[in-house]
Amino acid sequence: MTDKDWRNFGLAVVGLAIAACLPLSGNGYYLTIGVTIAMYVVLATSWALFSGPTHYISLATAAFYGLGTYVVALGIDDVPYIVLLVIALVVGAVSAALVGLATLRLSGVYFVIFTLGLAEMVRQVVTWVQSNWGGHQGNYVLTDITEEIIYWELLALAACVYLAGWLIGRSRLGFALKIIGNDEVVAAHSGINTARSKVLLFMVSGMVASLVGAILAPRWTYIEPSIAFSPMLSFQVVIMALLGGVKRLWGPLVGVIPFTLLWEAVSISFPNQTLLLMGVAFLLIVYTIPHGFVGLLETYSARFRERKG
Amino acid sequence: MDILITGLLLGGIYALMAMGLSLQYGVARIMNLANGEMLVVGAFAAFWFFTVAQLSPLISVFLIAPVIFALNWLIYQFMLLPLVKRAKSQGQLEVDSILATFGMSFILVGLMVAVFGGDYFNYTFLAEPMEILGNTYAANRVVAFLMAMLIGGLLYLWLNHTRPGMAMRAVSVDTEAAGLVGIDVQRMSALAFALGGTVTAIGGGFISTFQTMDASIGILFTMKALIIVIMGGVGDIRGTIVAALVLGLLETFIATVIDPGLTLAAAYLMFILVLLFRPQGFFGRKPS
Repeated sequence: MTDKDWRNFGLAVVGLAIAACLPLSGNGYYLTIGVTIAMYVVLATSWALFSGPTHYISLATAAFYGLGTYVVALGIDDVPYIVLLVIALVVGAVSAALVGLATLRLSGVYFVIFTLGLAEMVRQVVTWVQSNWGGHQGNYVLTDITEEIIYWELLALAACVYLAGWLIGRSRLGFALKIIGNDEVVAAHSGINTARSKVLLFMVSGMVASLVGAILAPRWTYIEPSIAFSPMLSFQVVIMALLGGVKRLWGPLVGVIPFTLLWEAVSISFPNQTLLLMGVAFLLIVYTIPHGFVGLLETYSARFRERKG
Repeated sequence: MDILITGLLLGGIYALMAMGLSLQYGVARIMNLANGEMLVVGAFAAFWFFTVAQLSPLISVFLIAPVIFALNWLIYQFMLLPLVKRAKSQGQLEVDSILATFGMSFILVGLMVAVFGGDYFNYTFLAEPMEILGNTYAANRVVAFLMAMLIGGLLYLWLNHTRPGMAMRAVSVDTEAAGLVGIDVQRMSALAFALGGTVTAIGGGFISTFQTMDASIGILFTMKALIIVIMGGVGDIRGTIVAALVLGLLETFIATVIDPGLTLAAAYLMFILVLLFRPQGFFGRKPS
Protein backbone atom coordinates (compact mmCIF):
# COMPACT_ATOMS: atom_id res chain seq x y z
CA MET A 1 0.00 0.00 0.00
CA THR A 2 1.21 3.46 -0.84
CA ASP A 3 1.18 6.50 1.44
CA LYS A 4 -1.91 7.75 -0.36
CA ASP A 5 -3.71 4.47 0.30
CA TRP A 6 -2.88 4.71 4.00
CA ARG A 7 -4.11 8.29 4.10
CA ASN A 8 -7.41 7.34 2.42
CA PHE A 9 -7.74 4.36 4.73
CA GLY A 10 -7.25 6.59 7.75
CA LEU A 11 -9.79 9.11 6.46
CA ALA A 12 -12.33 6.33 5.90
CA VAL A 13 -11.87 4.96 9.42
CA VAL A 14 -12.24 8.41 10.98
CA GLY A 15 -15.32 9.10 8.84
CA LEU A 16 -16.93 5.83 9.83
CA ALA A 17 -16.13 6.41 13.51
CA ILE A 18 -17.77 9.83 13.41
CA ALA A 19 -20.79 8.42 11.55
CA ALA A 20 -21.08 5.64 14.12
CA CYS A 21 -21.57 8.20 16.91
CA LEU A 22 -24.79 9.55 15.38
CA PRO A 23 -27.18 7.42 17.50
CA LEU A 24 -25.54 8.88 20.64
CA SER A 25 -27.06 12.26 19.77
CA GLY A 26 -30.36 10.84 21.02
CA ASN A 27 -32.31 12.64 18.32
CA GLY A 28 -34.75 10.20 16.69
CA TYR A 29 -35.21 12.29 13.56
CA TYR A 30 -31.47 12.45 12.83
CA LEU A 31 -31.25 8.73 13.33
CA THR A 32 -34.08 8.05 10.87
CA ILE A 33 -32.42 10.22 8.25
CA GLY A 34 -29.10 8.57 9.10
CA VAL A 35 -30.52 5.11 8.43
CA THR A 36 -31.95 6.29 5.10
CA ILE A 37 -28.65 7.86 4.08
CA ALA A 38 -26.64 4.82 5.15
CA MET A 39 -28.98 2.58 3.20
CA TYR A 40 -28.62 4.64 0.01
CA VAL A 41 -24.86 4.94 0.43
CA VAL A 42 -24.54 1.17 0.52
CA LEU A 43 -26.95 0.65 -2.37
CA ALA A 44 -25.53 3.40 -4.58
CA THR A 45 -21.91 2.43 -3.95
CA SER A 46 -22.52 -1.22 -4.71
CA TRP A 47 -24.52 -0.18 -7.78
CA ALA A 48 -21.58 1.90 -8.98
CA LEU A 49 -19.19 -1.02 -8.48
CA PHE A 50 -20.90 -2.76 -11.37
CA SER A 51 -22.47 0.01 -13.43
CA GLY A 52 -19.61 2.50 -13.09
CA PRO A 53 -16.95 0.70 -15.09
CA THR A 54 -19.29 -1.19 -17.44
CA HIS A 55 -21.85 1.60 -18.19
CA TYR A 56 -24.62 -1.01 -17.88
CA ILE A 57 -27.47 0.80 -16.12
CA SER A 58 -28.98 -1.67 -13.71
CA LEU A 59 -32.51 -1.04 -12.47
CA ALA A 60 -32.68 -4.31 -10.59
CA THR A 61 -31.84 -2.87 -7.16
CA ALA A 62 -35.48 -2.83 -6.05
CA ALA A 63 -35.95 -6.45 -7.05
CA PHE A 64 -32.95 -7.71 -5.06
CA TYR A 65 -33.77 -5.43 -2.14
CA GLY A 66 -37.34 -6.75 -2.10
CA LEU A 67 -36.16 -10.34 -2.20
CA GLY A 68 -33.96 -9.71 0.83
CA THR A 69 -36.84 -8.09 2.68
CA TYR A 70 -39.05 -11.02 1.82
CA VAL A 71 -36.59 -13.61 3.04
CA VAL A 72 -36.79 -11.98 6.47
CA ALA A 73 -40.57 -11.55 6.32
CA LEU A 74 -41.14 -15.22 5.57
CA GLY A 75 -38.59 -16.69 7.94
CA ILE A 76 -38.50 -14.42 10.97
CA ASP A 77 -40.80 -16.64 13.06
CA ASP A 78 -38.83 -19.83 12.59
CA VAL A 79 -35.21 -19.01 11.77
CA PRO A 80 -32.64 -16.92 13.69
CA TYR A 81 -32.18 -13.46 12.18
CA ILE A 82 -28.49 -13.89 11.48
CA VAL A 83 -29.18 -17.02 9.43
CA LEU A 84 -31.80 -15.09 7.47
CA LEU A 85 -29.17 -12.48 6.59
CA VAL A 86 -26.98 -15.23 5.15
CA ILE A 87 -29.92 -16.68 3.22
CA ALA A 88 -30.72 -13.21 1.85
CA LEU A 89 -27.12 -12.88 0.70
CA VAL A 90 -27.30 -16.21 -1.12
CA VAL A 91 -30.71 -15.45 -2.66
CA GLY A 92 -29.40 -12.12 -3.94
CA ALA A 93 -26.31 -13.72 -5.43
CA VAL A 94 -28.22 -16.53 -7.11
CA SER A 95 -30.91 -14.31 -8.61
CA ALA A 96 -28.32 -11.81 -9.82
CA ALA A 97 -26.43 -14.67 -11.43
CA LEU A 98 -29.60 -15.85 -13.20
CA VAL A 99 -30.46 -12.36 -14.46
CA GLY A 100 -26.85 -11.82 -15.48
CA LEU A 101 -26.57 -15.09 -17.33
CA ALA A 102 -29.77 -14.40 -19.27
CA THR A 103 -28.93 -10.82 -20.29
CA LEU A 104 -25.28 -9.89 -19.84
CA ARG A 105 -24.08 -12.01 -22.73
CA LEU A 106 -26.07 -9.66 -25.00
CA SER A 107 -25.97 -5.92 -25.61
CA GLY A 108 -26.49 -3.43 -22.81
CA VAL A 109 -29.96 -2.32 -23.90
CA TYR A 110 -31.43 -5.75 -23.26
CA PHE A 111 -30.00 -5.67 -19.77
CA VAL A 112 -31.53 -2.27 -18.97
CA ILE A 113 -34.93 -3.31 -20.27
CA PHE A 114 -34.85 -6.59 -18.42
CA THR A 115 -33.97 -5.00 -15.11
CA LEU A 116 -36.50 -2.17 -15.66
CA GLY A 117 -39.52 -4.40 -15.11
CA LEU A 118 -37.86 -6.97 -12.87
CA ALA A 119 -39.09 -5.63 -9.53
CA GLU A 120 -42.65 -5.34 -10.81
CA MET A 121 -42.51 -8.83 -12.28
CA VAL A 122 -41.19 -10.38 -9.05
CA ARG A 123 -43.88 -8.48 -7.14
CA GLN A 124 -46.60 -9.96 -9.36
CA VAL A 125 -45.26 -13.47 -8.88
CA VAL A 126 -44.84 -13.12 -5.09
CA THR A 127 -48.37 -11.69 -4.76
CA TRP A 128 -49.76 -14.50 -6.83
CA VAL A 129 -47.92 -17.23 -4.91
CA GLN A 130 -48.94 -15.76 -1.58
CA SER A 131 -52.59 -15.35 -2.45
CA ASN A 132 -52.83 -18.85 -3.89
CA TRP A 133 -50.71 -20.88 -1.49
CA GLY A 134 -49.72 -18.63 1.37
CA GLY A 135 -53.33 -18.00 2.35
CA HIS A 136 -52.66 -14.35 3.19
CA GLN A 137 -50.92 -11.29 1.79
CA GLY A 138 -48.21 -9.71 3.85
CA ASN A 139 -46.36 -10.79 6.97
CA TYR A 140 -45.65 -9.30 10.35
CA VAL A 141 -42.01 -8.78 11.26
CA LEU A 142 -41.82 -8.34 15.02
CA THR A 143 -38.32 -8.24 16.45
CA ASP A 144 -36.48 -6.39 19.16
CA ILE A 145 -34.02 -4.94 16.64
CA THR A 146 -33.93 -1.18 17.16
CA GLU A 147 -33.15 1.52 14.65
CA GLU A 148 -29.69 2.01 16.24
CA ILE A 149 -28.79 -1.60 15.51
CA ILE A 150 -30.03 -1.28 11.92
CA TYR A 151 -27.91 1.85 11.54
CA TRP A 152 -24.75 0.17 12.83
CA GLU A 153 -25.37 -2.89 10.69
CA LEU A 154 -25.62 -0.65 7.64
CA LEU A 155 -22.41 1.18 8.56
CA ALA A 156 -20.59 -2.12 8.93
CA LEU A 157 -21.92 -3.20 5.55
CA ALA A 158 -20.83 0.13 4.06
CA ALA A 159 -17.31 -0.50 5.37
CA CYS A 160 -17.35 -3.95 3.76
CA VAL A 161 -18.58 -2.51 0.45
CA TYR A 162 -15.84 0.14 0.40
CA LEU A 163 -13.23 -2.47 1.23
CA ALA A 164 -14.58 -4.80 -1.45
CA GLY A 165 -14.65 -1.95 -3.95
CA TRP A 166 -11.05 -1.03 -3.18
CA LEU A 167 -9.94 -4.66 -3.51
CA ILE A 168 -11.88 -5.15 -6.75
CA GLY A 169 -10.34 -1.97 -8.15
CA ARG A 170 -6.88 -3.48 -7.61
CA SER A 171 -7.76 -6.97 -8.85
CA ARG A 172 -7.68 -8.57 -12.27
CA LEU A 173 -11.48 -8.54 -12.27
CA GLY A 174 -11.63 -4.77 -11.76
CA PHE A 175 -9.07 -4.20 -14.49
CA ALA A 176 -10.99 -6.48 -16.83
CA LEU A 177 -14.19 -4.51 -16.21
CA LYS A 178 -12.51 -1.20 -16.97
CA ILE A 179 -11.41 -2.58 -20.32
CA ILE A 180 -14.88 -3.96 -21.01
CA GLY A 181 -16.35 -0.54 -20.26
CA ASN A 182 -13.96 1.15 -22.67
CA ASP A 183 -14.34 -1.29 -25.50
CA GLU A 184 -15.94 -4.66 -25.19
CA VAL A 185 -14.52 -5.97 -28.46
CA VAL A 186 -10.98 -5.14 -27.39
CA ALA A 187 -11.63 -6.82 -24.06
CA ALA A 188 -12.85 -10.00 -25.70
CA HIS A 189 -9.87 -10.03 -28.06
CA SER A 190 -7.36 -9.67 -25.27
CA GLY A 191 -8.66 -12.86 -23.75
CA ILE A 192 -11.07 -11.57 -21.13
CA ASN A 193 -14.12 -13.69 -20.53
CA THR A 194 -16.43 -10.67 -20.70
CA ALA A 195 -19.68 -12.40 -19.75
CA ARG A 196 -18.13 -14.08 -16.70
CA SER A 197 -16.55 -10.87 -15.40
CA LYS A 198 -19.79 -8.95 -15.79
CA VAL A 199 -21.91 -11.62 -14.13
CA LEU A 200 -19.50 -11.91 -11.19
CA LEU A 201 -19.56 -8.23 -10.42
CA PHE A 202 -23.30 -8.01 -10.93
CA MET A 203 -23.62 -10.77 -8.33
CA VAL A 204 -21.70 -8.64 -5.83
CA SER A 205 -24.06 -5.74 -6.29
CA GLY A 206 -27.13 -8.02 -6.18
CA MET A 207 -25.90 -9.64 -2.98
CA VAL A 208 -25.41 -6.30 -1.25
CA ALA A 209 -28.84 -4.99 -2.31
CA SER A 210 -30.52 -8.14 -1.03
CA LEU A 211 -28.64 -7.91 2.28
CA VAL A 212 -29.67 -4.27 2.69
CA GLY A 213 -33.29 -5.32 2.17
CA ALA A 214 -32.90 -7.97 4.87
CA ILE A 215 -31.24 -5.56 7.29
CA LEU A 216 -34.00 -3.00 6.84
CA ALA A 217 -36.89 -5.47 7.07
CA PRO A 218 -37.29 -5.04 10.87
CA ARG A 219 -37.85 -1.33 10.27
CA TRP A 220 -41.26 -2.19 8.87
CA THR A 221 -43.49 -4.13 11.18
CA TYR A 222 -45.71 -5.29 8.36
CA ILE A 223 -44.39 -6.30 4.96
CA GLU A 224 -46.40 -6.89 1.82
CA PRO A 225 -45.28 -7.11 -1.81
CA SER A 226 -46.05 -3.50 -2.70
CA ILE A 227 -43.89 -2.25 0.19
CA ALA A 228 -40.98 -4.60 -0.45
CA PHE A 229 -40.81 -4.18 -4.22
CA SER A 230 -41.05 -0.44 -4.80
CA PRO A 231 -39.67 0.26 -8.28
CA MET A 232 -38.84 3.87 -7.31
CA LEU A 233 -35.93 2.61 -5.22
CA SER A 234 -34.02 1.48 -8.30
CA PHE A 235 -34.33 4.90 -9.91
CA GLN A 236 -33.34 6.76 -6.75
CA VAL A 237 -30.21 4.66 -6.45
CA VAL A 238 -29.26 5.32 -10.08
CA ILE A 239 -29.77 9.07 -9.69
CA MET A 240 -27.79 9.31 -6.47
CA ALA A 241 -24.87 7.30 -7.81
CA LEU A 242 -24.68 9.22 -11.09
CA LEU A 243 -25.20 12.56 -9.40
CA GLY A 244 -22.22 11.89 -7.17
CA GLY A 245 -20.08 10.34 -9.88
CA VAL A 246 -19.21 6.73 -10.45
CA LYS A 247 -15.55 7.05 -11.35
CA ARG A 248 -14.43 7.23 -7.73
CA LEU A 249 -15.35 4.82 -4.99
CA TRP A 250 -16.52 7.65 -2.75
CA GLY A 251 -18.43 9.37 -5.57
CA PRO A 252 -21.91 7.99 -4.80
CA LEU A 253 -21.57 9.21 -1.21
CA VAL A 254 -21.33 12.77 -2.50
CA GLY A 255 -24.57 12.29 -4.41
CA VAL A 256 -26.52 10.42 -1.74
CA ILE A 257 -26.34 12.98 1.06
CA PRO A 258 -27.65 16.08 -0.76
CA PHE A 259 -30.21 14.12 -2.78
CA THR A 260 -31.63 12.32 0.27
CA LEU A 261 -31.98 15.60 2.16
CA LEU A 262 -33.57 17.29 -0.85
CA TRP A 263 -35.87 14.33 -1.38
CA GLU A 264 -36.98 14.39 2.26
CA ALA A 265 -37.64 18.12 2.08
CA VAL A 266 -39.63 17.88 -1.15
CA SER A 267 -41.68 14.88 -0.07
CA ILE A 268 -42.67 16.68 3.14
CA SER A 269 -43.70 19.99 1.54
CA PHE A 270 -44.77 18.87 -1.97
CA PRO A 271 -45.51 15.13 -1.78
CA ASN A 272 -46.85 15.04 -5.33
CA GLN A 273 -43.82 16.62 -6.94
CA THR A 274 -41.22 13.96 -6.12
CA LEU A 275 -41.61 12.55 -9.63
CA LEU A 276 -40.82 15.93 -11.15
CA LEU A 277 -37.73 16.15 -8.95
CA MET A 278 -36.62 12.78 -10.19
CA GLY A 279 -37.16 13.78 -13.82
CA VAL A 280 -35.24 17.01 -13.41
CA ALA A 281 -32.40 15.16 -11.68
CA PHE A 282 -32.09 12.73 -14.59
CA LEU A 283 -32.00 15.56 -17.14
CA LEU A 284 -29.47 17.44 -15.02
CA ILE A 285 -27.20 14.42 -14.96
CA VAL A 286 -27.36 13.92 -18.72
CA TYR A 287 -27.10 17.52 -19.87
CA THR A 288 -25.01 19.40 -17.35
CA ILE A 289 -23.00 17.11 -15.10
CA PRO A 290 -22.34 13.84 -16.94
CA HIS A 291 -19.52 12.94 -14.56
CA GLY A 292 -21.33 13.92 -11.39
CA PHE A 293 -20.26 16.20 -8.59
CA VAL A 294 -16.93 14.43 -8.39
CA GLY A 295 -16.25 15.14 -12.06
CA LEU A 296 -17.16 18.79 -11.49
CA LEU A 297 -14.88 18.98 -8.47
CA GLU A 298 -11.98 17.43 -10.34
CA THR A 299 -12.36 19.74 -13.33
CA TYR A 300 -12.26 22.78 -11.05
CA SER A 301 -9.33 21.56 -9.00
CA ALA A 302 -7.39 20.79 -12.17
CA ARG A 303 -8.12 24.29 -13.48
CA PHE A 304 -7.09 25.77 -10.15
CA ARG A 305 -3.81 23.88 -10.18
CA GLU A 306 -3.12 24.98 -13.75
CA ARG A 307 -3.60 28.59 -12.84
CA LYS A 308 -1.28 28.25 -9.85
CA GLY A 309 1.39 26.41 -11.84
CA MET B 1 -61.73 -19.36 -29.22
CA ASP B 2 -62.79 -16.60 -26.91
CA ILE B 3 -59.18 -16.20 -25.74
CA LEU B 4 -57.93 -16.29 -29.31
CA ILE B 5 -60.06 -13.37 -30.48
CA THR B 6 -59.69 -11.26 -27.34
CA GLY B 7 -55.96 -11.86 -27.52
CA LEU B 8 -55.77 -10.82 -31.16
CA LEU B 9 -57.82 -7.68 -30.48
CA LEU B 10 -55.42 -6.70 -27.71
CA GLY B 11 -52.38 -7.65 -29.79
CA GLY B 12 -53.51 -5.36 -32.60
CA ILE B 13 -53.36 -2.33 -30.32
CA TYR B 14 -50.01 -3.43 -28.93
CA ALA B 15 -48.75 -3.63 -32.49
CA LEU B 16 -49.58 0.03 -33.07
CA MET B 17 -47.80 1.29 -29.97
CA ALA B 18 -44.80 -0.94 -30.56
CA MET B 19 -44.50 0.27 -34.17
CA GLY B 20 -44.03 3.73 -32.72
CA LEU B 21 -41.18 2.59 -30.51
CA SER B 22 -39.71 0.56 -33.35
CA LEU B 23 -39.49 3.70 -35.52
CA GLN B 24 -37.87 5.65 -32.70
CA TYR B 25 -35.30 3.02 -31.86
CA GLY B 26 -34.81 1.46 -35.27
CA VAL B 27 -34.50 4.66 -37.32
CA ALA B 28 -33.76 7.52 -34.94
CA ARG B 29 -31.55 5.27 -32.75
CA ILE B 30 -33.17 6.61 -29.58
CA MET B 31 -34.13 4.09 -26.95
CA ASN B 32 -37.18 6.04 -25.83
CA LEU B 33 -38.25 4.99 -22.35
CA ALA B 34 -40.84 7.77 -22.24
CA ASN B 35 -42.78 5.98 -24.96
CA GLY B 36 -45.47 4.69 -22.58
CA GLU B 37 -45.97 8.19 -21.20
CA MET B 38 -46.63 9.47 -24.70
CA LEU B 39 -49.27 6.77 -24.94
CA VAL B 40 -50.86 7.97 -21.70
CA VAL B 41 -50.77 11.55 -23.00
CA GLY B 42 -52.75 10.35 -26.02
CA ALA B 43 -55.19 8.54 -23.76
CA PHE B 44 -55.62 11.59 -21.51
CA ALA B 45 -56.24 13.82 -24.51
CA ALA B 46 -58.89 11.45 -25.90
CA PHE B 47 -60.50 11.29 -22.47
CA TRP B 48 -60.49 15.06 -22.17
CA PHE B 49 -62.06 15.61 -25.60
CA PHE B 50 -64.71 13.03 -24.83
CA THR B 51 -65.75 14.41 -21.45
CA VAL B 52 -65.49 18.10 -22.35
CA ALA B 53 -66.72 18.16 -25.95
CA GLN B 54 -68.37 14.71 -26.31
CA LEU B 55 -66.01 14.17 -29.21
CA SER B 56 -65.57 10.57 -30.31
CA PRO B 57 -61.99 9.30 -29.82
CA LEU B 58 -62.07 8.12 -33.41
CA ILE B 59 -62.15 11.78 -34.46
CA SER B 60 -60.19 13.35 -31.64
CA VAL B 61 -57.09 11.21 -32.25
CA PHE B 62 -56.67 13.03 -35.52
CA LEU B 63 -56.82 16.36 -33.73
CA ILE B 64 -54.29 15.15 -31.17
CA ALA B 65 -51.92 13.68 -33.73
CA PRO B 66 -50.46 16.93 -35.17
CA VAL B 67 -49.87 18.35 -31.69
CA ILE B 68 -48.10 15.20 -30.52
CA PHE B 69 -46.11 15.14 -33.75
CA ALA B 70 -44.91 18.69 -33.20
CA LEU B 71 -44.13 18.00 -29.54
CA ASN B 72 -42.03 14.95 -30.37
CA TRP B 73 -40.26 16.75 -33.17
CA LEU B 74 -39.30 19.53 -30.75
CA ILE B 75 -38.15 16.99 -28.17
CA TYR B 76 -35.91 15.40 -30.76
CA GLN B 77 -34.51 18.66 -32.10
CA PHE B 78 -33.78 20.31 -28.79
CA MET B 79 -33.17 17.50 -26.35
CA LEU B 80 -32.05 14.41 -28.19
CA LEU B 81 -30.14 15.78 -31.16
CA PRO B 82 -27.46 17.30 -28.90
CA LEU B 83 -26.97 13.85 -27.40
CA VAL B 84 -26.70 12.25 -30.83
CA LYS B 85 -24.10 14.83 -31.83
CA ARG B 86 -21.97 14.48 -28.72
CA ALA B 87 -22.06 10.67 -28.57
CA LYS B 88 -18.82 9.05 -29.66
CA SER B 89 -20.37 5.62 -30.02
CA GLN B 90 -23.73 3.92 -30.27
CA GLY B 91 -23.24 2.59 -26.74
CA GLN B 92 -22.77 6.04 -25.27
CA LEU B 93 -25.83 7.35 -27.12
CA GLU B 94 -27.84 4.48 -25.69
CA VAL B 95 -26.82 5.26 -22.11
CA ASP B 96 -27.45 8.98 -22.59
CA SER B 97 -30.80 8.54 -24.30
CA ILE B 98 -31.96 6.02 -21.71
CA LEU B 99 -31.20 8.43 -18.87
CA ALA B 100 -32.62 11.46 -20.70
CA THR B 101 -35.86 9.72 -21.64
CA PHE B 102 -36.21 8.43 -18.08
CA GLY B 103 -36.05 12.04 -17.01
CA MET B 104 -38.68 13.01 -19.56
CA SER B 105 -40.95 10.17 -18.54
CA PHE B 106 -40.82 11.20 -14.87
CA ILE B 107 -41.47 14.81 -15.79
CA LEU B 108 -44.43 13.83 -17.99
CA VAL B 109 -45.91 11.66 -15.22
CA GLY B 110 -45.31 14.44 -12.70
CA LEU B 111 -47.04 16.98 -14.94
CA MET B 112 -49.98 14.70 -15.64
CA VAL B 113 -50.42 14.00 -11.93
CA ALA B 114 -50.32 17.74 -11.30
CA VAL B 115 -52.90 18.51 -14.02
CA PHE B 116 -55.26 15.54 -13.84
CA GLY B 117 -54.53 14.09 -10.41
CA GLY B 118 -53.41 10.55 -9.69
CA ASP B 119 -56.84 8.93 -10.02
CA TYR B 120 -57.91 6.26 -12.42
CA PHE B 121 -59.98 7.51 -15.32
CA ASN B 122 -62.20 5.91 -17.91
CA TYR B 123 -65.23 6.74 -20.01
CA THR B 124 -67.95 4.81 -21.74
CA PHE B 125 -67.58 4.71 -25.47
CA LEU B 126 -69.25 2.16 -27.75
CA ALA B 127 -69.70 -0.27 -24.88
CA GLU B 128 -72.31 -2.30 -26.70
CA PRO B 129 -71.92 -6.00 -27.41
CA MET B 130 -70.85 -7.20 -30.82
CA GLU B 131 -71.04 -10.78 -32.03
CA ILE B 132 -68.13 -12.50 -33.76
CA LEU B 133 -68.24 -16.24 -34.52
CA GLY B 134 -70.90 -16.92 -31.93
CA ASN B 135 -69.23 -15.05 -29.07
CA THR B 136 -69.84 -11.50 -27.96
CA TYR B 137 -67.14 -8.86 -27.61
CA ALA B 138 -67.24 -5.19 -26.65
CA ALA B 139 -67.61 -3.08 -29.77
CA ASN B 140 -65.03 -0.56 -28.57
CA ARG B 141 -62.32 -3.23 -28.54
CA VAL B 142 -63.22 -4.34 -32.06
CA VAL B 143 -63.30 -0.78 -33.39
CA ALA B 144 -60.01 0.06 -31.69
CA PHE B 145 -58.44 -3.02 -33.23
CA LEU B 146 -59.70 -2.18 -36.71
CA MET B 147 -58.45 1.40 -36.46
CA ALA B 148 -55.08 0.21 -35.20
CA MET B 149 -54.80 -2.19 -38.10
CA LEU B 150 -55.79 0.54 -40.55
CA ILE B 151 -53.18 3.00 -39.29
CA GLY B 152 -50.55 0.29 -38.92
CA GLY B 153 -51.29 -0.87 -42.46
CA LEU B 154 -50.98 2.65 -43.88
CA LEU B 155 -47.66 3.10 -42.10
CA TYR B 156 -46.44 -0.21 -43.47
CA LEU B 157 -47.43 0.74 -47.01
CA TRP B 158 -45.85 4.17 -46.65
CA LEU B 159 -42.58 2.67 -45.43
CA ASN B 160 -42.40 0.06 -48.16
CA HIS B 161 -43.84 1.79 -51.20
CA THR B 162 -42.86 5.48 -51.11
CA ARG B 163 -39.59 7.30 -51.54
CA PRO B 164 -39.50 8.88 -48.07
CA GLY B 165 -40.45 5.51 -46.63
CA MET B 166 -37.54 3.92 -48.43
CA ALA B 167 -35.20 6.64 -47.21
CA MET B 168 -36.34 5.93 -43.69
CA ARG B 169 -35.66 2.24 -44.05
CA ALA B 170 -32.24 3.06 -45.45
CA VAL B 171 -31.42 5.11 -42.36
CA SER B 172 -32.51 2.24 -40.18
CA VAL B 173 -30.13 -0.12 -41.98
CA ASP B 174 -27.06 2.12 -41.86
CA THR B 175 -26.96 5.81 -40.97
CA GLU B 176 -23.60 6.46 -42.59
CA ALA B 177 -24.38 4.73 -45.86
CA ALA B 178 -27.74 6.50 -46.00
CA GLY B 179 -25.95 9.83 -45.69
CA LEU B 180 -23.60 8.86 -48.52
CA VAL B 181 -26.47 8.32 -50.96
CA GLY B 182 -27.87 11.78 -50.29
CA ILE B 183 -30.42 11.15 -47.57
CA ASP B 184 -30.74 13.87 -44.95
CA VAL B 185 -30.22 11.54 -41.99
CA GLN B 186 -30.83 14.16 -39.36
CA ARG B 187 -34.17 15.18 -40.85
CA MET B 188 -35.22 11.57 -41.35
CA SER B 189 -34.36 10.73 -37.76
CA ALA B 190 -36.37 13.69 -36.45
CA LEU B 191 -39.27 12.67 -38.68
CA ALA B 192 -39.09 9.05 -37.52
CA PHE B 193 -38.97 10.07 -33.87
CA ALA B 194 -41.95 12.40 -34.24
CA LEU B 195 -43.91 9.89 -36.29
CA GLY B 196 -43.17 7.15 -33.75
CA GLY B 197 -44.41 9.27 -30.87
CA THR B 198 -47.56 10.13 -32.80
CA VAL B 199 -48.36 6.53 -33.66
CA THR B 200 -47.91 5.53 -30.02
CA ALA B 201 -50.14 8.36 -28.78
CA ILE B 202 -52.85 7.39 -31.27
CA GLY B 203 -52.62 3.86 -29.90
CA GLY B 204 -53.12 5.38 -26.44
CA GLY B 205 -56.24 7.17 -27.60
CA PHE B 206 -57.70 3.86 -28.80
CA ILE B 207 -56.69 1.94 -25.68
CA SER B 208 -58.45 4.51 -23.50
CA THR B 209 -61.80 3.54 -25.09
CA PHE B 210 -61.80 0.19 -23.30
CA GLN B 211 -59.19 0.27 -20.56
CA THR B 212 -59.02 2.17 -17.30
CA MET B 213 -55.83 4.20 -17.08
CA ASP B 214 -53.98 6.42 -14.67
CA ALA B 215 -51.09 8.83 -14.95
CA SER B 216 -48.40 6.39 -13.84
CA ILE B 217 -49.40 3.40 -15.97
CA GLY B 218 -47.13 4.41 -18.85
CA ILE B 219 -44.10 2.44 -17.67
CA LEU B 220 -46.04 -0.82 -18.05
CA PHE B 221 -46.79 -0.01 -21.67
CA THR B 222 -43.18 0.99 -22.24
CA MET B 223 -42.11 -2.40 -20.91
CA LYS B 224 -44.51 -4.24 -23.19
CA ALA B 225 -43.56 -2.20 -26.24
CA LEU B 226 -39.87 -2.80 -25.57
CA ILE B 227 -40.37 -6.53 -25.23
CA ILE B 228 -42.38 -6.60 -28.46
CA VAL B 229 -39.76 -4.62 -30.38
CA ILE B 230 -36.98 -6.91 -29.22
CA MET B 231 -39.01 -10.03 -29.96
CA GLY B 232 -39.86 -8.79 -33.43
CA GLY B 233 -36.33 -7.61 -34.16
CA VAL B 234 -35.34 -3.94 -34.03
CA GLY B 235 -36.56 -2.00 -37.07
CA ASP B 236 -38.54 -4.94 -38.44
CA ILE B 237 -42.18 -3.82 -38.77
CA ARG B 238 -43.47 -7.22 -39.83
CA GLY B 239 -41.75 -8.91 -36.88
CA THR B 240 -43.12 -6.26 -34.54
CA ILE B 241 -46.70 -6.96 -35.62
CA VAL B 242 -46.31 -10.71 -35.20
CA ALA B 243 -44.66 -10.28 -31.80
CA ALA B 244 -47.42 -7.93 -30.65
CA LEU B 245 -50.11 -10.43 -31.61
CA VAL B 246 -48.23 -13.22 -29.83
CA LEU B 247 -47.91 -11.11 -26.69
CA GLY B 248 -51.60 -10.16 -26.81
CA LEU B 249 -52.56 -13.82 -27.06
CA LEU B 250 -50.22 -14.99 -24.30
CA GLU B 251 -51.31 -12.21 -21.96
CA THR B 252 -55.01 -12.92 -22.51
CA PHE B 253 -54.38 -16.63 -22.05
CA ILE B 254 -52.53 -16.18 -18.75
CA ALA B 255 -55.01 -13.59 -17.49
CA THR B 256 -57.98 -15.87 -18.22
CA VAL B 257 -56.56 -19.25 -17.26
CA ILE B 258 -54.17 -18.45 -14.38
CA ASP B 259 -54.50 -14.98 -12.90
CA PRO B 260 -55.09 -11.46 -14.29
CA GLY B 261 -52.38 -10.14 -11.97
CA LEU B 262 -49.66 -11.95 -13.88
CA THR B 263 -49.69 -10.12 -17.21
CA LEU B 264 -46.22 -8.62 -16.84
CA ALA B 265 -44.87 -11.98 -15.71
CA ALA B 266 -46.29 -13.38 -18.96
CA ALA B 267 -44.45 -10.75 -20.97
CA TYR B 268 -41.26 -11.59 -19.06
CA LEU B 269 -41.62 -15.27 -19.74
CA MET B 270 -41.61 -14.50 -23.46
CA PHE B 271 -38.77 -12.03 -23.07
CA ILE B 272 -36.57 -14.62 -21.38
CA LEU B 273 -37.32 -17.22 -24.03
CA VAL B 274 -36.48 -14.76 -26.79
CA LEU B 275 -33.26 -13.65 -25.08
CA LEU B 276 -32.15 -17.23 -24.61
CA PHE B 277 -33.06 -18.61 -28.00
CA ARG B 278 -33.58 -15.84 -30.55
CA PRO B 279 -31.94 -12.61 -29.36
CA GLN B 280 -31.93 -11.34 -32.94
CA GLY B 281 -35.77 -11.37 -33.15
CA PHE B 282 -38.29 -13.67 -34.83
CA PHE B 283 -37.22 -13.04 -38.40
CA GLY B 284 -33.72 -11.72 -37.77
CA ARG B 285 -30.63 -13.44 -39.02
CA LYS B 286 -27.79 -14.28 -36.69
CA PRO B 287 -25.13 -11.58 -36.84
CA SER B 288 -22.05 -13.00 -38.49
